[in-house]
Amino acid sequence: MMSKAAFTSGSLRYRLAVTLIGVVAVLTLLFYFVLRAYAAQIALQSQDNILNASVTAILDAAIIRDGVVKIDIPYAAFSMLNTETDDRVFYAIYQNSSLLSGYADLPFPQRESRMSNTYKSGVYLGVAIRQVTASRVLVGGDIRTRITATVAQTQDSLSGILQRIARNAALYGVGFFSLAVVLAIWATSSTIDPLKRLAESVARRGPQDLSPIVKPVPSEMTPLVSSLNSLMTRLDKSFSQSEEFIAEAAHRVRTPLATVRSHAEVTLQRVDKEENRQALRSMIRAIDESSRAAGQLLDHAMITFRANQLEYQAIDLVELARECVQRLTPMGDMRDVELRLETDTTVLVSGDAILIQNAVRNLMDNALKYSPVESVIIVKVRSEPSPHISIIDQGAGFPSDEMHALVARFTRGRNASGTIGSGLGLTIAQDVALAHDGTLNIGNTTEGGACVTFSF
Amino acid sequence: MRYILFLILALLLAPAFALDWEDQQLFEGNNGTQTLRVISNTDTAIFAPVIQSFLQSHPQLNIEYNVASSANVYSSFRSTPDAYDLVVSSAMDLQLKLVNDGFAQPIEDIAHPAWAKWRRSLFGFTLEPASIVINKAAFKGLPTPGSRQEMIEVLRENPEAFTGRIGTYDIRQSGLGYLFATQDARVSETYWRLTEIMGSLNTQLYCCSGDMIDELAKGTIAISYNVLGSYASARSDVADKIEVILPSDFHNTMMRTVLIAQTTQKTSAATLFLRHLISSRWSKPDTENVSLPPLTTQQDNSQRSIIALDPGLMVFLDAMKRKTFIDEWESAIIQQ
Repeated sequence: MMSKAAFTSGSLRYRLAVTLIGVVAVLTLLFYFVLRAYAAQIALQSQDNILNASVTAILDAAIIRDGVVKIDIPYAAFSMLNTETDDRVFYAIYQNSSLLSGYADLPFPQRESRMSNTYKSGVYLGVAIRQVTASRVLVGGDIRTRITATVAQTQDSLSGILQRIARNAALYGVGFFSLAVVLAIWATSSTIDPLKRLAESVARRGPQDLSPIVKPVPSEMTPLVSSLNSLMTRLDKSFSQSEEFIAEAAHRVRTPLATVRSHAEVTLQRVDKEENRQALRSMIRAIDESSRAAGQLLDHAMITFRANQLEYQAIDLVELARECVQRLTPMGDMRDVELRLETDTTVLVSGDAILIQNAVRNLMDNALKYSPVESVIIVKVRSEPSPHISIIDQGAGFPSDEMHALVARFTRGRNASGTIGSGLGLTIAQDVALAHDGTLNIGNTTEGGACVTFSF
Repeated sequence: MRYILFLILALLLAPAFALDWEDQQLFEGNNGTQTLRVISNTDTAIFAPVIQSFLQSHPQLNIEYNVASSANVYSSFRSTPDAYDLVVSSAMDLQLKLVNDGFAQPIEDIAHPAWAKWRRSLFGFTLEPASIVINKAAFKGLPTPGSRQEMIEVLRENPEAFTGRIGTYDIRQSGLGYLFATQDARVSETYWRLTEIMGSLNTQLYCCSGDMIDELAKGTIAISYNVLGSYASARSDVADKIEVILPSDFHNTMMRTVLIAQTTQKTSAATLFLRHLISSRWSKPDTENVSLPPLTTQQDNSQRSIIALDPGLMVFLDAMKRKTFIDEWESAIIQQ
């Protein structure tokens, strides 16, 4: 049977993998941006905290002495702002709205609430800064005054940290993505696997095997498998129907043919005229051919039927061969062909006796038909290397170029014209051999005769 | 046009600054075509060998070397930053403030230890400890003070020998003096006790290390506090008369720093000079007349307390803080 390539439209595996990887890519990007935003927030928070501590330290150092505000800024107030990238520091201290000390032009944020500290990002001297402002009320004697301090810092260290985090996040993202791609590919192939296994198990089946698939499959595949099973059931039914039909037809044809043949033979005895006898002989010949073909069709139908349910029993191949030889010896005698048996004492095999008998008889029949007059057919039964029966004749042998085609149904060799036959003999033997997990080898001997070996 | 304006401005301002110059000198390379203008508080005599060794390897350059006190270096550069290409000063706090306020140019790819630079703009190139210098003759028969505590004891026990014969920086004038004083005050309360004693003994105040060392050598004063040991060691003419003592309790170590002006048009030439300074190539053994102690990464710095280049230096530059500190100092040191 020729397998035709199916039309493909995309690949499930590819589609699944691309979808999974696409989803992972989107998630990875999302992860990267969320992480970066989060890190930026945390980094800014920590800078705010330090600036806050600095402002608090400055405000804490403020006192009123002799009616004058004095602020003895602690060394740590600025020293704590030291960063790896040596960020610049700016500050200003106001009493109410007049500058006490620091950078007069540092933008002074309008404070919304007097209670909480103000955090602000801005630009000073052309660079981005983060600024924290806080205030405190000082009371000394009859003076009540508000001191406001603002400390600002550039953001070199912050952007350095952010760059590092972004780089690390990108690295993690790439790692995560690669891992996910590997997992996606694995998940895809494990999902596709049952489909592949099903396809393989269907492809592995023999041509006669039309039994339903019973192995469990994933639920998504059950519609496919049940349609396949129902298709095979219908096919099987239709096959057996046609086999039954052939058997029935052959049987119906054979009986009347036998009647016609006996009538023809009786008539042959009575007719004297040579041309009439000649016609009758051709008639008998044609009847024989039809009857034989019908017999073989019947055999073949039986083999196809039995091959699916073999009845195994112990068989002695030697005994079986001897029986066949005895049965065919009269036919051989008619053409002076001797059937010679060369056997071991016993060769035991397990198989269906009726089928094997049928196969051997067909092979011997073939040998008889193609043997020249006054020749010998050797039937060998041996148990080594594996149990086998070889039938060797002294005929013309098989045409070497058609050797393999001959086992097909209704195929006859080129040199078969003039010989009665349906072309089913080798096919029957081949089917029986396959049903027993054996082989049928056909070939020619060195003298030119055909040699057919049926081995188990 | 801009250049002419600048010239007019420079001419107008020149007389004002001319008064403050301690020295101005032009060092010419063999075929000098470009002139680097350096403003510095380091005495020409001490810095000249450094410049000369630079000009030997870079004869295409000239160096105009202007010397002023560290406070004047700061204020003069701050008011006319266009007039100079490089600023060299021992007042680390003022230098750091110049960088913080955006007057310096960051220079990339300079290999230098992190503790000796700030913002890739300010580079330390010497390590100079503040020391006690004494006149040997004046201390005949007296114990040599090895620490601040010992100095306090010597002064306390011999007031008649030291009255009017102690010298230290006038921190109102000297930026370096102010830096040493504030750092001393941070480290130990001993500083204030010492200052009280010095005040009670009518201590003489000086603007610069050079003057102090001269007076020491002459014997006018017997002991001076917080002098640059490097300046004293440089004076071979007085080497036998004076002795430099590094106080054993602690001695603040200053880095002489250099920065390149933000506005300079001669960045690449200025960078050459900066690299020369921090390479300490100028202090090879054969150039024996160089007395600045170079900053090298090989030496063991764990025993010194090197003044850190961090924003904390700006605290004592705060106007209020400075006023408070100087008031306190004045009340301690000027008791007449």
